[in-house]
Amino acid sequence: MRPRESRSFPHKSQNNVRRLFSLKRDYYAGALMMLLGLITAHEGSNYPMGTLYQMGPGYFPIALGILLIFLGALIALTAIGSTVEEQEFSMPKPEWRGWACIIAGPVLFIVLGRSTGMLPATFACVFVAALGDRETTLKGALVLSTVVTIFGVLLFHYLLQLPMPVLTWSGQW
Amino acid sequence: MVETALTDLMYGFSVAFEPHNIMWCFLGVLVGNMVGVLPGMGPVATISILLPLTFGMKPVAAILMLAGVYYGSQYGGAICSILLNLPCHPPHAVTCLDGYPLTKMGKGGTALGVTVISSFVGASWGITEMIFLAPLLVSVALKFGPAEVCSLMLLGLLAGSTLARGSPLKGITMTVLGLTIGIVGADIETGTPRLTFGLMELYDGVEIVALALGVFGIAEFMRSINQDIKLDMRYANVRMRDMWPSREDLKKSIAPMFRGTLIGSLCALIPGTGPTIASFVSYATEKKISRNPEKFGTGVIGGVACPEASTHSSVQGDFIPTMSLGIPGDTTMALLLGALIIQGIVPGPQLISQHPDIFWGLIASFWIGNILLVVLNVPMIGLWVKLLAVPYKYLYPSALFFVCIGVYGANNDMFQVGLTIFIGIFGYILLLLDFHPAPILLGFVLGPRFEENFRRAMLISRGDIFVFVKHPISAVFVGLSALLILLQVYLWLRRLKWPMRLPQAAATPSQAE
Repeated sequence: MRPRESRSFPHKSQNNVRRLFSLKRDYYAGALMMLLGLITAHEGSNYPMGTLYQMGPGYFPIALGILLIFLGALIALTAIGSTVEEQEFSMPKPEWRGWACIIAGPVLFIVLGRSTGMLPATFACVFVAALGDRETTLKGALVLSTVVTIFGVLLFHYLLQLPMPVLTWSGQW
Repeated sequence: MVETALTDLMYGFSVAFEPHNIMWCFLGVLVGNMVGVLPGMGPVATISILLPLTFGMKPVAAILMLAGVYYGSQYGGAICSILLNLPCHPPHAVTCLDGYPLTKMGKGGTALGVTVISSFVGASWGITEMIFLAPLLVSVALKFGPAEVCSLMLLGLLAGSTLARGSPLKGITMTVLGLTIGIVGADIETGTPRLTFGLMELYDGVEIVALALGVFGIAEFMRSINQDIKLDMRYANVRMRDMWPSREDLKKSIAPMFRGTLIGSLCALIPGTGPTIASFVSYATEKKISRNPEKFGTGVIGGVACPEASTHSSVQGDFIPTMSLGIPGDTTMALLLGALIIQGIVPGPQLISQHPDIFWGLIASFWIGNILLVVLNVPMIGLWVKLLAVPYKYLYPSALFFVCIGVYGANNDMFQVGLTIFIGIFGYILLLLDFHPAPILLGFVLGPRFEENFRRAMLISRGDIFVFVKHPISAVFVGLSALLILLQVYLWLRRLKWPMRLPQAAATPSQAE
């Protein structure tokens, strides 16, 4: 009995764990919405609410917040009844490198755009973002960012006259 | 009535044929066709990027161009589906089913040719529908008071969120979230800053471009990166002379084409059922009434003609509620409405009489744009096919730059770029949690107007919430909304009783819409 038990047990518990985890997706979804609703309603309660006749600025945020809490609860509750397959947690393989590069690109655009102007900002943004793809080579990223930078500066600075200096040093980051 | 419509249409043509307007229209359809072909770019992201560039333009030119991107991308999306079996654009997912087998048989050119014809037929019908139906709707809607406007918006929002893809409950939640994001900023009546969390920069609210590009730009890139969609270019050699369909093929596709057109134009009238649903419904119908349904999926030319015709008639028809009532049916329409609002134009039934140049110019530009698209797609097919091969690794970094500069250009404000990043990360979390974020934009655009009308209705009725059911027209809208919710509850209960998996629609690697 014993060996059989030990063999089947991990399998079963793994299944249970997976099941719980699978079911959790809509729990998370519901919880997130309830949290957002709570924040909204709480913020809304800082403003005068007024009456239904003469609604104050706080009325709508509070109403929407309560609605969000209600809908979030509903999402979580309906997940209880659903089958596991429906709730399969489709968490993809984490793409940390890709995600980081996609976020870092615009962040660099903001930082460099404020301090040094459009040209370095564009170049850095495209270059860093391009590194997010596993197949991109350093050379490929360089060529791409150079091309986009030239095109972007020509289009946005000279043609569309966006009020953003091409190259500057504002001294502030 | 026909006569006035024709006079107005002639006026519209005189507007649309102005050299700069025709140039912007051409640019719009060209860019649209291009992003339609490129796997991984969608019309929503493209329109959002272009939106800030239109601030300095005249409203007519701006709207012609942005609308051109939308219907232009539908032409391009079909190429992607038929030649590569890539359903990059949801409305064309169903075209893959018969389009790709045709391509494998070496008849890809014929399929594309039939697609162009069907698209043009569908679009023409959609435009005609708009010419006659929109003024009719307007004459009714002009009598609406705040209570009616409110309940109509409620119906539009509910339909937009429950009939679209994904769980209806989550769709409604996304709409409410959008409404909430829409009220960020100074209150219209008292000027109180709301939900700004102490940030001065949020006083003017969230920029529509920041929201759209966060959710449909950055979040979409985060999902698509390193997903390695295999491009099978083996069959994608199509030249112009392959595109003329034989007489027999043409004969086989005429009836499905007209049936598809009809279904598409009906779907366009129901808010929330955009081109995607139209194409699925028409394909299913075509299969059902066919004498040999088992042949569908193996390369039936009618299976290409009907969804394409219905997509295009629905795309054009989509503009009807947007332009005549000010109620957008889907994300793209919400963006176009946002573009109008930015230009200082109040959307709603008064738009046609106050800005006839926009309304009739837009309709006339649809004709011109569709003819331009036919011209663009037939002789230049080789070019579009080459564009298919642009890899995603070059596409998304460039797009990311356009996102940044587009959001910055909206207000010359770096804060909004930061906000876009934040919204992007949040949007990706929503995608992971299986939310379809499209209704957010609907709620966002309608939110402030909904609140304004609601407050006004309450003021007029002295705080009587039942005013919405006391007015007969408003009561109809409220009743329909209640019916929609009851229907969803019924469907949910039925699914609980007989748990069966509905056949999944063709998987979409990117839901750029």
